[in-house]
Amino acid sequence: MSAPILACRGLSKRFGGVLALDGLDLEVQPGSVLGLIGPNGSGKTTFFNVLTGLFPADAGESRFAGEPITRLRPQAVYRAGIARTFQRSRLCLPLSIFENLMVGNHQRLEHGLWFNLARRKALARQIADSFEAARALLRIFDPPLADRMQEPAGRIPMIDRRRVEVCRALISRPRLLLLDEPSAGMTHDETVRLMDDILLVQRELGDLTIVLIEHEMSVIERVTARCVVLNYGRKIAEGTYAEVSQDAAVRQAYLGVE
Amino acid sequence: MRSRAAAVLLAALATAFAWLLLRAESQGAIAALIALAVLAGFALLRTRLLDAFTRAALRDERLAQWLAFAAVAVLALLLPEDDFSLLLLTRVLIVIVACLGLNVQLGYAGVVNFAGASFFGVGGYTAAVLSRATGLPHLLLLLAGGVTAALAGTVLLLPILRTRGHYAALITIAFALLFRTFLEVNDSLGGPQGLKLPELRIGPIRFNDPVAAGPLEGSFYLKYVVLALLVLAFFFAVVQRLERSWIGLALDAVRIDETAAATFGLDIARWKIAAFVIGNFVIGVAGALSAFMIGFIAPNNYSFAESLILVSILLLGGVGNPWGLSLAAAIVILLPEKLQIIQEYRFLMFASMVVLILLFRPAGLVPRPMRRLPGTPR
Repeated sequence: MSAPILACRGLSKRFGGVLALDGLDLEVQPGSVLGLIGPNGSGKTTFFNVLTGLFPADAGESRFAGEPITRLRPQAVYRAGIARTFQRSRLCLPLSIFENLMVGNHQRLEHGLWFNLARRKALARQIADSFEAARALLRIFDPPLADRMQEPAGRIPMIDRRRVEVCRALISRPRLLLLDEPSAGMTHDETVRLMDDILLVQRELGDLTIVLIEHEMSVIERVTARCVVLNYGRKIAEGTYAEVSQDAAVRQAYLGVE
Repeated sequence: MRSRAAAVLLAALATAFAWLLLRAESQGAIAALIALAVLAGFALLRTRLLDAFTRAALRDERLAQWLAFAAVAVLALLLPEDDFSLLLLTRVLIVIVACLGLNVQLGYAGVVNFAGASFFGVGGYTAAVLSRATGLPHLLLLLAGGVTAALAGTVLLLPILRTRGHYAALITIAFALLFRTFLEVNDSLGGPQGLKLPELRIGPIRFNDPVAAGPLEGSFYLKYVVLALLVLAFFFAVVQRLERSWIGLALDAVRIDETAAATFGLDIARWKIAAFVIGNFVIGVAGALSAFMIGFIAPNNYSFAESLILVSILLLGGVGNPWGLSLAAAIVILLPEKLQIIQEYRFLMFASMVVLILLFRPAGLVPRPMRRLPGTPR
């Protein structure tokens, strides 16, 4: 086994009296897809928020590609190569699809005052190039959508917003993609298609690791090599989907004690 | 071609209307003109013609800009001797410049600033003090007004970055109130009586001499119209370019969703600071120019109420839209000056206008259109 791209040890986060993350140990192999499952409130999204620096961890540490990222601000985590989507879609609805994608591409764009105000030709070229790159990426997910990039994101249906959100995370070419319940608000078939597209991009990019929070167990079964099950902020099981779905503690967490 | 002709016609009509309004003396005539404008405005809104005009203007914006520029120039040339009208015209232009600065802060980055008039005042006092105490060229003093306003704003940065929404607004209100008191008790700044400024001079041009260039004779205010128009054209272009760039996009992302923006590497504090500083600079330049034109400044000109007027111009015109705020500035400045019964109730009038707009057309008279980035397909 190669060195893990993401390694967390004893990661803890407390909100008042609630221990949302309780000493979580977790490792992700490069190029794999890890499923993160567990009942509502088990700490899955909190784990993403702590990892990406939105909430500071109370204890423990996380390392990305060998480098510690525990105390980094969200901006620095992103620059290190970690991008995410949100459970509740967080697109900028008044902005166009293209503009939303460019928010994700922020670090590659030139933000100097002089460049943006005075070198308009160079700026237009950079924008035109970015436009083509964004269109190419979006085309993988939905060709018709790629031709509507100048429409406001608030005008497109939920499934397309999910696609745009995934593309916004992918366009910066991250090495780790955190997907927070992409199936929320979508039908089973739509979710399957979205995941297939994501896996297609993963194969094309080569070097992309994915951590997927998902309630749709058939999706987890189909796309993940390993799963980690959380309950009350603790890891209660780890293994392939077949293994964890047979696990007594997991069944108890999901179905309750008989 | 037909839309171009329509645009020229519309500009001509607007110019003619503004000329009539500025020329009109009797309160009855003025009231009739304003009633006409209100009716026309309603008709434009109800028939959605206003939105159609906006879209057309957007398609050929260069033309719209030239027409607006020409309209102001023609208007000034039609009233060469009319000091008061030219003064009003210049005030409108200067207030538009100040609102452009406020627009960068509130409209793009979402940084609330209820101290607009204070930063306007910082620019004015800088121009006054420096022109009295030093022999620096006056053009440089206009810039100095902007720079000092931007610097004065940095005092507020820390508290503004640490608070959000209403609390950030309260901090700027506190600054506005403190600033006025500071001016009133500070004798070296003239106290409540204020300061007089020397004549504005740029190169060989003396701004307080009447115009006498060949066949053209007229009020010295004509020069101020030209200067204010040039300053406005410059900042209008700068603000529009700013919006249609990666910077404008970053500011929008910060305003709409700070958390998402931070997750994608945008430095929230950096962008808010940039917008606040740029905005205050623009406001400060406008303040310095205004002080030179009036020739005299006093704390009363920079009250909290004036700041509120600047914000209400933005809300009225359409937050984030330079065209909209230009229209709103003209309405808000000209209306109480021409219709004197309103003068006393002007705050009541502005307040009700803002409430009505927020109720019935929340994005303002001319809502902000989608961004047009250079290099994207039309």
